[in-house]
Amino acid sequence: MNDAAVIALSPETVLGEMKKNGVTHVVWLPDSETNWLYLLMKAEPSLRLVGVSREGHACSIAAGLSVAGAKPLILIQNTGMMESGDSLRGWLLGLNIPVVLMVGYRGWTRHGVNQDTAATYTERFLMAFGINYYLVENDADAPRISIAFEEAGRTNKPVVVLVGDEYHGFNR
Amino acid sequence: MMHTADMLKAFALYREDAIVVPGRGGRYWTDLTTRPNLDMPVGDPAMGGHAGFALGLALARPEKRVILFDSEGDILMSLGMLVTIAEQQPANFYHFLIDNGCYATTGGQPVPNAENTNYDVIARGAGYPRAFAFRELEEFSAALPEILGKPGPVFVAVKVASEIENAPIGRRRRWQTRTRDQVINDLRKELGVNR
Repeated sequence: MNDAAVIALSPETVLGEMKKNGVTHVVWLPDSETNWLYLLMKAEPSLRLVGVSREGHACSIAAGLSVAGAKPLILIQNTGMMESGDSLRGWLLGLNIPVVLMVGYRGWTRHGVNQDTAATYTERFLMAFGINYYLVENDADAPRISIAFEEAGRTNKPVVVLVGDEYHGFNR
Repeated sequence: MMHTADMLKAFALYREDAIVVPGRGGRYWTDLTTRPNLDMPVGDPAMGGHAGFALGLALARPEKRVILFDSEGDILMSLGMLVTIAEQQPANFYHFLIDNGCYATTGGQPVPNAENTNYDVIARGAGYPRAFAFRELEEFSAALPEILGKPGPVFVAVKVASEIENAPIGRRRRWQTRTRDQVINDLRKELGVNR
């Protein structure tokens, strides 16, 4: 087994966190690293997948789901999160929606030599909106996903989980 | 061409216990509704999102009919939402489009290609199994029982007269009597949802 396999965040772990926290709907747009998770989610009977074509759509859909008693999770990439600024503001923050967004952290590196502006602005964007976030890089970090769910429910606010590794461990 | 208030008045006869997202028809619907606690007049949290919000309500509560009054300005911002709705096939989702051809609250500037866009055709192309278009109140009223009597998703484009607001926003009639939090809490009580 190579180092990457040891340190990666596995899709099985992410799915386990979704089930543990009672997620009913995953509102999502694929990013480059979530295919294995997609296959698992599709096979999971307790989840309904709602695919969107623009990440901002996920915010209003999740708001409606939450208002009417479901428990959505938003699964998108950081690029799409930044595209969704006004929808985040209006539909999630404005309506006090307790939702977790799992956001693929494109461009993330541990060493800080960053060659992707998607990573440059991700945390600055979240800080500008006052949205709290947790970084998850590997299976050992997975309990932070449950922490995010607990915090979203307690504060009635969106909370972000930045997926720094995107399941492969190749950003180190 | 019909007026939005008349169109909503015709619909109100068939509302029963549906959840209604009045969108930009809210200022008229507030005088017509008999079940305000099942209404979702959340104003304009972010333009283009009403369809997604209503879809979320419909997916969470498949036993309740959800009626959305969208606008063409909103839908043009989120055309991709139509394919998401069509893919999900919510049988309890009824998507009405109030098309006045312009951005009425900003002074009446026309939406792009206002006179030549067929939204019912776009919806059908996106995968809605049923889509209609109306310009006259009589035809619209006559078709409502069939439209609402069959499963969704259905798309109903209604061309209405533009009623342009030019008064400064602060001087316009404030038709919303509840805060967004109250609106949400009232619906949750009706649905028996505990937060």
